[in-house]
Amino acid sequence: MDNKKELIVSAIENGTVIDHIPADAVYRVASILELSLHDDEVIIGTNLMSKKLGKKGIIKIKNKYFKQNEIDKIAVAAPFATLIEIRDSQKVVKRSVEIPDVLHAIVKCINPNCITNVEDVPTKFTVIEKNPLKIHCHYCEKTQEPMLH
Amino acid sequence: MTNLKGKNLISITDYTKDEYIQILDLAKEFEANPKQPLLGDKVVASIFFEPSTRTRLSFESAANMLEARVIGFSNPAATSLQKGESLHDTIQMVSSYSDIIVMRHPRDGAARYAAEVASVPVINAGDGANQHPTQCMLDLYSIRKTQGTLDNLNITMVGDLKYGRTVHSLVQAMCNFKATFHFVSPKELEMPESVKRHVQDAGLKYKEYTNLEDVIPFSDIIYMTRIQKERFSDPMEYEKVKDCYVLDAATLKGCKDNMRVLHPLPRVNEIAMDVDKTPYAYYFQQAQNGVYVRQALMAAILGVKQLKN
Ligand SMILES: [Zn+2]
Repeated sequence: MDNKKELIVSAIENGTVIDHIPADAVYRVASILELSLHDDEVIIGTNLMSKKLGKKGIIKIKNKYFKQNEIDKIAVAAPFATLIEIRDSQKVVKRSVEIPDVLHAIVKCINPNCITNVEDVPTKFTVIEKNPLKIHCHYCEKTQEPMLH
Repeated sequence: MTNLKGKNLISITDYTKDEYIQILDLAKEFEANPKQPLLGDKVVASIFFEPSTRTRLSFESAANMLEARVIGFSNPAATSLQKGESLHDTIQMVSSYSDIIVMRHPRDGAARYAAEVASVPVINAGDGANQHPTQCMLDLYSIRKTQGTLDNLNITMVGDLKYGRTVHSLVQAMCNFKATFHFVSPKELEMPESVKRHVQDAGLKYKEYTNLEDVIPFSDIIYMTRIQKERFSDPMEYEKVKDCYVLDAATLKGCKDNMRVLHPLPRVNEIAMDVDKTPYAYYFQQAQNGVYVRQALMAAILGVKQLKN
């Protein structure tokens, strides 16, 4: 196990560590989880070396635990992410993410003429296939692969 | 007893096969007796965010024959939309003035969104390139009326099968009735994979052709479509395919007696005028049938007519 990760994980007493995020998806995950609104410590690391992903990202959020449905939202950007919940410096739970059946306001519709890209309408997609991910827009009814922004 | 009272019609998949058949039965009643004072206390909002005179007049004629009051607009340039009012706010306002909304909009998915915002039911009169369910229902009505059934027919579609939402919806709907499909188009305008897959998933067969003459002997319905210039980014591509299918009376030689030619109208040159005088032309009656189908839908959704089971 590499030392940098050990350092980041051990530095937290209470909170959540999200590991194995693709390096280019770190800020997107932070945005999906609305971490800019969290008023305690948030540490975002990116371009860390990983045997599994090449370069990876990691996010540590102090004094924050997520509900499963919040966690599942990040699966679209980071399908192999793992979460470690830490209480009193102990790893309590380790969880992986899973793509939900419906995506609410996570991805944009690829159809430029879709009402969600023209008016202020939150997107909604039903998931048709999880691997590879294929989704269906609730509004314009176009089936598509998700476009991450 | 099926009850469509208060139900939106946004996409053809919103209604079941039985509900369609019941609407068609009700439309038949209106065809026999079109003027009925059923909606005398109702207000129908007809809001057209892009012009479509044909569809608008059909809806408004249907509403008027049922003695409803009609409000709305047909030219968004003359409304507050030009001042940047959101669709959300426009729909809220309109639903406070009306009992039902008939809406046409240039954006895909606008009707679904409007139905979520509105406090009254919404009928989609076309949302961009997405859905136009009342067109599909009048096509079904016309097919059933001319063939006496919807089951086990040879349905041929000709022209722009790639972009034509009308034919996509009709394929989807006819998959409920064990149709065999024949798709005639230039290579550039072939039926999309997703629609062909839908046919296969329903356990039905389709065949693709480039030559119109090949399908004449066995088709029960020939559904012609217009090749639209605005679909092409390259004008040369359009020039190449625009005149590739012209149906004239001579081409129809050897067709089945029961065969009828349908077209969503307006036509350009894909059906020659000499077809109009043959017994096979049905496109003008088809448009007329739209009024009865729209009467049936409004009456059922406003709850003044119950559907029979
Ligand atoms: Zn969409």
